[in-house]
Amino acid sequence: MFGYPQSPTVADIVCPASFNDPSCEVGKEIHMSVALSAQDISRALIRISHEILERNHGSSDITLLGIPTRGAHLAARIAAIMNSIEGKEIAHGTLDITLYRDDLRLRPPRTIMPTFIPPIGIQGRDVILIDDVLYSGRTIRAALDALGEVGRPRTVQLAVLVDRGHRQLPIRADFVGKNLPTSEKQSVKVSLTEIDGVDEVVIEGEAN
Amino acid sequence: MSATDAIGILDTATELARINDGQVKKLPTLRGRTIVNLFAEDSTRTRISFEAAAKRLSADVINFSAKGSSLSKGESLKDTAQTLQAMGADAVVIRHSASGAAQRLADLEWMSGSVINAGDGTHEHPSQALLDAFTIRKHLGKGASDLTGLRIAIVGDVLHSRVARSNVLLLSMLGADVVLVAPPTLLPVGVESWPATISYDFDAVIPNVDAIMMLRVQQERMSDLFFPNAREYSRYFGLNSERMSAMAKHAIVMHPGPMNRGLEIAADVADSARSVIVEQVTNGVNVRMAILYVLLAGGPLVVGSN
Repeated sequence: MFGYPQSPTVADIVCPASFNDPSCEVGKEIHMSVALSAQDISRALIRISHEILERNHGSSDITLLGIPTRGAHLAARIAAIMNSIEGKEIAHGTLDITLYRDDLRLRPPRTIMPTFIPPIGIQGRDVILIDDVLYSGRTIRAALDALGEVGRPRTVQLAVLVDRGHRQLPIRADFVGKNLPTSEKQSVKVSLTEIDGVDEVVIEGEAN
Repeated sequence: MSATDAIGILDTATELARINDGQVKKLPTLRGRTIVNLFAEDSTRTRISFEAAAKRLSADVINFSAKGSSLSKGESLKDTAQTLQAMGADAVVIRHSASGAAQRLADLEWMSGSVINAGDGTHEHPSQALLDAFTIRKHLGKGASDLTGLRIAIVGDVLHSRVARSNVLLLSMLGADVVLVAPPTLLPVGVESWPATISYDFDAVIPNVDAIMMLRVQQERMSDLFFPNAREYSRYFGLNSERMSAMAKHAIVMHPGPMNRGLEIAADVADSARSVIVEQVTNGVNVRMAILYVLLAGGPLVVGSN
């Protein structure tokens, strides 16, 4: 396979009885297609790292903040890539936005994840928010509120692995791994080796 | 409440503690929710702690104490609850001198909001037990999520202590071994069935435990003579610096407050480096924020006492 791009694979699986998803009727087929392979993800992250450095004229004023859980791992990966490019440590951390969400009352209580702001802080820095999927934009709105409590960055930019559209707020990403046109019925699942044992982006469900 | 629920609250409190230690002091999470502190019995730290917790989460707090309210005119708990319901309270934090008051309020559906027991008579004080478990885990847990393998002594007036009962239930559920140390007159009937061992000899217990939790001698609840005099109680069951020096090196001293300095705990012990008594108050705010978060931030949830 070396040297050849992996073509997207399509798999039709059958809902198992244990599958905990009301939209999945037992025995009904769910359509799954791999949108990004491990290599695609790796290439996208390298490109995003270069783009961030280019746009900000180097890494000296950059603070990367990943939104848990998967955004936090992506931030750590981008920091490592930028470190190998620039040859110096990149300030990076995590920003949990659970307590700032506007949809808390619509669901059972969510677990609060760790927030770690690098010692250099965010005051006057160029903060790059990093998340796995950009969808309604509400997570990012909450993240902007959370940032406002911590300090006043010079700029806030947004990097996402996947932009799947369907924005409900006037928010856009500055750096995008891949634009995935999806229907609202579909779901986009991002798997990362740190949590899921594999690097993969999968679209579940039929387009219409 | 299961061990998983309790650990969930402790984990939430850990993250909230980290946020509170940083620059952020105010979170918008419970904006627009109303929490009523219904304190039909005197309290300083529990009421202030719940109030601080609610305010840090941006909830509106209405304080309600028995003195100066219709409760002192003889209004029933039910009528008070329905009044609060009509005013749109999302949660009621209740402290009452009658055991089971919170349970009754929660069970009888006089109101639709959450009910949080902030101490009912001599029965239970769940938020205190959670903050004690949080404090123990932070100091002695070595990164574990529960308290397996830790030995904790609860010493003093177990009979009148809701803190003791809630702690015995919670700490043992989280895997700790609990030893109750008290004169036989200050142990409740049926204590043999509690998940704890019982000792009358404080000095024998001291070297073998990881934490010593002193209980306040609740003279205001004592209608009878339970021990000959204060000096004798202090000599056998008080924690003084001599007893403290017999403790294991890593062991901590706890007290739910308010303290009777010189009776169950000597002043120099209360102010020593081993004492985490002031920290318990700080942790109380974080744990109560976690409780309010779990009960109020999400959608509907079934509420029970400990």
